[in-house]
Amino acid sequence: MPDFSILTEYFPVYLEGFLNTILVSVIALIGSFVLGTIIAVFRITTIKPLQWFGTAYVEFIRNIPLLIIVWFFFYGLHTFGARMDGFQAGTLGLTVYTSAFIAEAIRAGILSVPKGQMEAARSSGMTYIQSMLHVILPQAIKLVIPPLSNQFINLIKNSSVLTVISGLDLMYFSDKVNGDSYATVDTYIFTGMFYLILTIPMSYGSHVLERRLAKSS
Amino acid sequence: MDFAGAYSPENLKFLMEGLGMTLYVAFFAIIFSFVIGCFVGVIRYMQIPVLSQVLTVIVEVLRNLPLLLIIFFVQFAVPQISFFGVQFKFTIPVGAIIALTLFEAAMISEIVRAGLKSIPKGQVEAARSSGLGAVQTLWHIVLPQGLRRMVPPLVSQFISLLKDTSLAVIVALAELMHNAQIIMGQNHNYPIPILLLVAMIYFIVNYTLSLISRRLETRTA
Repeated sequence: MPDFSILTEYFPVYLEGFLNTILVSVIALIGSFVLGTIIAVFRITTIKPLQWFGTAYVEFIRNIPLLIIVWFFFYGLHTFGARMDGFQAGTLGLTVYTSAFIAEAIRAGILSVPKGQMEAARSSGMTYIQSMLHVILPQAIKLVIPPLSNQFINLIKNSSVLTVISGLDLMYFSDKVNGDSYATVDTYIFTGMFYLILTIPMSYGSHVLERRLAKSS
Repeated sequence: MDFAGAYSPENLKFLMEGLGMTLYVAFFAIIFSFVIGCFVGVIRYMQIPVLSQVLTVIVEVLRNLPLLLIIFFVQFAVPQISFFGVQFKFTIPVGAIIALTLFEAAMISEIVRAGLKSIPKGQVEAARSSGLGAVQTLWHIVLPQGLRRMVPPLVSQFISLLKDTSLAVIVALAELMHNAQIIMGQNHNYPIPILLLVAMIYFIVNYTLSLISRRLETRTA
C-alpha cells in the first residue's frame, strides 16, 4: 500500500500542479478548437492556396512530436528576441499540436453532411461563410463530439510534457514532492491517481456519449 | 539563426546517432507491444473469465496515464520496488522500451479487440456450426479478416509510438530529441535550424510509414 501521509503532507503541492494541468488543458482545448475549425474550413474550401496550406499544416504537425513544437516556442522564439515561460510555451505548443488532430475530426464531420445542404443554403442566397456557420457546422458538430472528447483526454495526458520545460504542471510539482520526500514510488503513484481522476471519468463519459449518438442517428 | 554552424558535420553525425537510438527503441517497442497487444486483445475478445477482467483494469489504467509518467516510473520508481525480494534495474534504453511497450500494448490491444469485434457475428456462428472450435474459428476466420481492418489504426499507432520515443528525454535517453537539445544548448542561434531539421527527420520517417499504410490499405481492400 502506498504511504498516504505523503498525499496529505504534500496535498497543496499536488493540488497546484493538478489545477495547472486542468487550466492548460482547457485553454489549449478552446484554442485548438478555434484553430482546428479554421484549418478544417481551409481544407475543404475550393480556394487552392488555402487548401494547400491546410493540408500541409495538418500533415506536418501530425507527423512530428509534440515536444518539437513546445521547444520551438520555448527555445526557438529566443532567436527572435521573444521570451516565453514554460507554462506559456507549453500551452501554445499543445494548442498548435492538438489543432491539427481536431481539424481532421472536424473536416470528417463537415464532409459527412450531405452536399445538398450546402447547395440548398447557397441557392437560398446565403454566402459561403453564412451557410458554413448556420447550416453545415451545427450539423457537423454532433459527429465531432466523440473524437473531440478523445482529443481532450489526449490533451490532459500530453500536458505532462510541460514538465520538460518547467511548465508548472502536475508532473513538475510531483518532481518537487519527490525531491522532498524521496519516496519515488509512492509519490508517482499519487501523481498517476490524480491523472486518472481526470481521464477515467472522461473516457467513460465519451464512451457513453458515443453510444448514445450512435443510437440516435 | 546560424544554419551553417548548426548543420556542421559533427552536429549532423550526433543527430544521426540520436536517430539511430530513436529507431532502435521504437523498433523493439513496436514488436513487443504488437505481440503483447494482440494477446491481450484476443483474451479480452474471447472474454476468458478473470484474466479478461484483470487485463481490462490494467489496460484502462495504462491508457489513461500520461506516457511520460510511465517512462519516468519504470526508470526511477520500479527499481525501488522489491518483487518478493527481487529488484529490477534497467539501462535507460531497456527502461524506455519497457515503458513504451506497456503503454502502446494497451493501445494496440484496444485496436485488436475493436478489429475482431467488427467481424459480423454470423461468421463466428457459421464457423462454429460447421464444427470449428473456438480457437480454430478465431485463427482461421476472425483473425485474418480482422487483421486487415486493423492495418490503418495500427500504423497510426506505430507513428505515434515513434513520436512518443521523444518523451524519453525525461530519462535522458540519447535519442534524437535529447541530442538535439544538447546541440541547441551550444549556441542561442541553433534552436530554429536544429528544430527544423529534426522536425523534417521525424516527418520523413512518419510520412513514409503512413504512405506504406495507405498502399497496404488499397491492396488488401
